[in-house]
Amino acid sequence: MEFQSCVKIINEWDIVAARQLGRNVAKELGFGTIDQARITTAISELARNIYLYAGQGSVSIEKLNINGKSGLKIIAEDQGPGIEDIRRVMEDGYTTSGGLGAGLPGAKRLMDDFDIESIPGEGTKIVATKWLR
Amino acid sequence: MRIPILKLYDCLLVSIQWELDDMTALQFQEDLLHKIHETSANGVVIDITSIDFIDSFIAKVLGDVFSMSKLMGAKVVITGIQPAVAITLIELGISLDDVLTALDLEKGLEKLQQELGD
Repeated sequence: MEFQSCVKIINEWDIVAARQLGRNVAKELGFGTIDQARITTAISELARNIYLYAGQGSVSIEKLNINGKSGLKIIAEDQGPGIEDIRRVMEDGYTTSGGLGAGLPGAKRLMDDFDIESIPGEGTKIVATKWLR
Repeated sequence: MRIPILKLYDCLLVSIQWELDDMTALQFQEDLLHKIHETSANGVVIDITSIDFIDSFIAKVLGDVFSMSKLMGAKVVITGIQPAVAITLIELGISLDDVLTALDLEKGLEKLQQELGD
């Protein structure tokens, strides 16, 4: 790990700040415009979930360099209510907020690796990575 | 900052020039419906050439704008969707099936004229 930067998510403006940070880092790493859009969109979905469901939390962006492979890692963390049924929230169209229910399953498809850990009553941590091809 | 909505004959023209935050998107939704009511516009073209990503929230707002305008009797065409935006929307699982779209502003105005029947 050579670089890490973090945005606290407290209000709607922080969602914008998180995705701008992600886009800038993606650009620096040399991702093309389509991957930049994928990364920006995934961050937006994860940051909005924190704002909507947990109230507050943080989104960290890490530059990765493992065995000559570069990548961008997003860590979205909160101490909110947690997710009771992870399988359910990963289904397309499932929503408890009146949204499209595309956020989490969509973010998973946009990224290469996607890992979600959640303990009801304690919080949620999502780690997602995009590798530079 | 509010998104300007211009009147051109019986249509409204909107060009979204900067990244949308949630509040701006919702404000735009409201402003556009008021403007349709005020001007009795039949059609709306929303150009999003400058937008380089759309998440599920903005997609929902755009889809809702389309349906709400339709309820008021106005047709909406969205123009200028970039390749990266089309790819990420489909990967997100959002196809905006019912929404009218066109490649650019010019084709959007043509499509609107066809839809409005002259």
